[in-house]
Amino acid sequence: MVATDPSRVQVAPAARVALWRDMRVRGIAAQILTVGAVAGLVAYFGHNAIVNLEQRGIATGFSFLKREAAFEISSTLIDYSPASSYGRALVVGILNTLLVSSLGIVLTTIFGTLLGIARLSTNWLVQRVTGWYIEVMRNTPLLLQLIVWWDLLRVSAPLPREAFNPLPGVFISNRGLNISVPAWNEAYLWMLVAAVLGIAVTMLLGRQMHRRQELTGKRFPIFWAGLGLILGPPLVVFLCAGAPVELDTPVLQGFNFVGGENVTPEFAALLFGLVAYTSAFVAEIVRSGILSVSKGQTEAASALGLRPSWTLRLVVLPQAVRVIVPPMTSEYLSLTKNSSLAVYIGFPDFVSIANTEANQTGQVVEVIAILMAVYLTISLTISVLMNFYNRYVALVER
Amino acid sequence: MTDLAQSPTQSLENGPPGPALRAWHWARGHLFNGPVNTILTLVIVYAFFRVVVPIVRWALIDATWSADSDRACQAAGGACWAFLGSWGRFIIFGRFPYGEQWRPALVLVLFVVMLAVSARPGMRGRTLIAIWLGGIVAVAALMWGGFLGMAYVETELWNGLPLTLILALGGVGFAFPIGVLAALGRRSKLPAIRWLSVAYIELIRGVPLITLLFMASLMVPLFLPTGISIAKLWRAEIGFALFFGAYLAEAVRGGLQAIARGQYEAADALGLGYWQKTCLIILPQALTISIPSIVNLFIGAFKDTTLITIVGIFDVLQDANTGLNDPAWRHAYVEAYATIGMIFFAFCYFMSRYSQYLERRLRRSGTGPRRQ
Amino acid sequence: MASIPSAAPQGAEQKMIEFRAVHKWYGDFHVLKDINLVVRRGERVVVCGPSGSGKSTMIRCINRLEEHQKGQILVDGIELTPDAKHVEAIRREVGMVFQQFNLFPHLTVLENLTLAPVWVRKMPKKEAEELAMQLLERVKIPEQAKKYPGQLSGGQQQRVAIARSLCMRPQVMLFDEPTSALDPEMIKEVLDVMVELANEGMTMICVTHEMGFARTVADSMIFMDGGQIVETAPPKEFFANPKSERTKLFLSQILSH
Repeated sequence: MVATDPSRVQVAPAARVALWRDMRVRGIAAQILTVGAVAGLVAYFGHNAIVNLEQRGIATGFSFLKREAAFEISSTLIDYSPASSYGRALVVGILNTLLVSSLGIVLTTIFGTLLGIARLSTNWLVQRVTGWYIEVMRNTPLLLQLIVWWDLLRVSAPLPREAFNPLPGVFISNRGLNISVPAWNEAYLWMLVAAVLGIAVTMLLGRQMHRRQELTGKRFPIFWAGLGLILGPPLVVFLCAGAPVELDTPVLQGFNFVGGENVTPEFAALLFGLVAYTSAFVAEIVRSGILSVSKGQTEAASALGLRPSWTLRLVVLPQAVRVIVPPMTSEYLSLTKNSSLAVYIGFPDFVSIANTEANQTGQVVEVIAILMAVYLTISLTISVLMNFYNRYVALVER
Repeated sequence: MTDLAQSPTQSLENGPPGPALRAWHWARGHLFNGPVNTILTLVIVYAFFRVVVPIVRWALIDATWSADSDRACQAAGGACWAFLGSWGRFIIFGRFPYGEQWRPALVLVLFVVMLAVSARPGMRGRTLIAIWLGGIVAVAALMWGGFLGMAYVETELWNGLPLTLILALGGVGFAFPIGVLAALGRRSKLPAIRWLSVAYIELIRGVPLITLLFMASLMVPLFLPTGISIAKLWRAEIGFALFFGAYLAEAVRGGLQAIARGQYEAADALGLGYWQKTCLIILPQALTISIPSIVNLFIGAFKDTTLITIVGIFDVLQDANTGLNDPAWRHAYVEAYATIGMIFFAFCYFMSRYSQYLERRLRRSGTGPRRQ
Repeated sequence: MASIPSAAPQGAEQKMIEFRAVHKWYGDFHVLKDINLVVRRGERVVVCGPSGSGKSTMIRCINRLEEHQKGQILVDGIELTPDAKHVEAIRREVGMVFQQFNLFPHLTVLENLTLAPVWVRKMPKKEAEELAMQLLERVKIPEQAKKYPGQLSGGQQQRVAIARSLCMRPQVMLFDEPTSALDPEMIKEVLDVMVELANEGMTMICVTHEMGFARTVADSMIFMDGGQIVETAPPKEFFANPKSERTKLFLSQILSH
């Protein structure tokens, strides 16, 4: 196939390589073909979409975002009325999604960690009960769970007239949760400032005292000092301002409550459901994280005379965190994405509002493009934040 | 942790203790070791009597097993299983023609048998493919009908549990080639192919399933030439396949990453081409390693099929809601949802146990080239 | 073994493998520096040198597991170029045995052997199996044909790997530290097979530190260091009277224990 006398093969025969047999050319050709096929498919779909949209008389482009939305949204974090624009309605939805996801993530982390630790309890009953909880949660569909929570709150909860009143100022009824909140007073703002200052001072002090302990071995009761520093100043501000304790209490008026803060049954069901469901997964992650910290570590710690609760806090958990963070990130992401099931129980999250708009305007392509862009942004933000945290943990623990 | 719990039991006796004494020692070690655990035990026992006992009373003792409407049940104060007598069959088979419901029933049996056969360890890939291809043809024939005296039934009427299984298995089945190709693409040396795969995988994994189902149900009709339409069921299936494809790609990628470079080199050195190397050497090993993740993915897919009720397809949830809209049974929703929950639990619990078993087996046997 | 017709003329002086001023870089790292080498048909070459000296990289260039960036490599008169046809042809002519055996763990020993003949040479399955059994006979483990690689000892696995390469009826065999991953008691069984192969006239390039093996079979020794061929000599001369200081130092280190 090549020159008969090998000693005569002297020119670089690269030039003689037939184009279709050159591996580099083949590589490039494969890429061009694939990209071309994908582009062709997209173009074909796009062409069909344009033809179809024209036939149905549906406009294209994003100008619809400025038009009047003309639908109600039951719970909003910012000012909104049906006269507001489609764009603003989407923002309302995004904020609702962010609210329920961030609350969900915080509560899930706490509840899930506790569950994971309980799963490893030396108490047989605690172990079994948490084990079964986790199995039931993980092996039934989230949507079903949400519906059950929602029905429990909507149908089985009492009427506002007979609201369950477990604490003064707290009413649970089929209209959701109505709680008293302190009426707004400027002093609260200053209390918040004082608390933030207290936290900052505590962190600085903590670092100082940690160094001192390393140098001199003297322990400083940083927990109590910090507690004083964080709670003390706001308390002083509160008292100086004349202790404003005016409460905005929900009052039954007709068939519903007026005043106070209202948490709708939809929101409560969604939050409960997401937390109860995702916690089961988080618990398993925490459990395997703790188990992955070798038993030798635990034994070494108890040999050093650390009390079991300290062993968990000082030795096991910090090491387990490194194993826990990456899978935890994906749980956070799935909680955020799962919050879109709100659409079924009627909580106006981003997906449910986007869906309403798609149905009203018919501009499906645009709405779905926005949906994807926003979710990708949220997912990416969470991933990036968790990566930062992961790097921080990995660094500190090395 | 367990040896901590057992330590107090070991120290006490010399002779063999009697059963009562042994129970007492066990309880000392497992329930009352330390003040915190004692309190927890008491709290749980209290909760048991306050919560579980009433539930059992409600579900079994005060329950009504046959009645015409939920009013009779409310009088008894317990669960209304009578609802299932009237609507249970509808929940499982939905609007499939009543007289023909033996067909979806047979499909259910077929699915369970196929799953059970596939779950047997040591099944050969070729046999499995043959079984599933045959199974799919049989399922399609039974569901559609239109021959041998079986009436033709359109996909709109494929409801309930058979639909759930068709969607989950079909979704993962269609997702399989997509996922494998995307996983291979993500590890390709060719940048354009790699970037396309990454874009697909990350785009899909970044958005909720429900947006994909909306997309499939609203956008697919737009993308097709005018006059051509696809049944709702297949549109949903497209959404599922695209969604699970991305997750499957990641599962398979995990398996691909676990394969030593030497396997690729040995295949290259023997002169195998890219596709020969991939199909004969790399994929068989990579897929074996990723089976547990794929089973877990399938559990997720199975649970996620409930979402199609949002785009208006009659799965078990939608069927149950239809039943609950019957004025005679408005209050039986706990019973309805508990039933559906138990069906899902049974399937998923079994499958997750199976996946754990596979994982243990895989870890014990070890994969990839072994050294002595 | 010359059953596969080759385009090049036959003859004792025929060049089987030729490196002409070959260079290779990993990024900025210059792994192979101006390698010039001729291996003739039937010649047995042993390559040694400290780790990281480029000896594995050099022989992996021969069947393009690694790509060289400058110079020419010719195998049996065929030049290695990006031409897929050439690469395929060369890989069919060149067998390779790895340090880690790299048997396919999901296939039985017999399937490991017949895979390439069936799929690459398009040999009928029956014929491939007969050939495989012959070769297993030759490496003295025909009774293991139905087992999986994981059930064999390291030495047995490496012998299967040799048989697997031979199944393609190669003109040249490359050995990349074939005994380094083996327990000491298994080294001999593998070396015995290799010696037998050498005696049958197979062209071999072998990266190894088994100096006893080198003394018995090698026609020439190559010492590499820092990506260069430092010294080439017949084994007698090489061991008795190494020219370069680096060779002396290396030999004193590996022969001292």
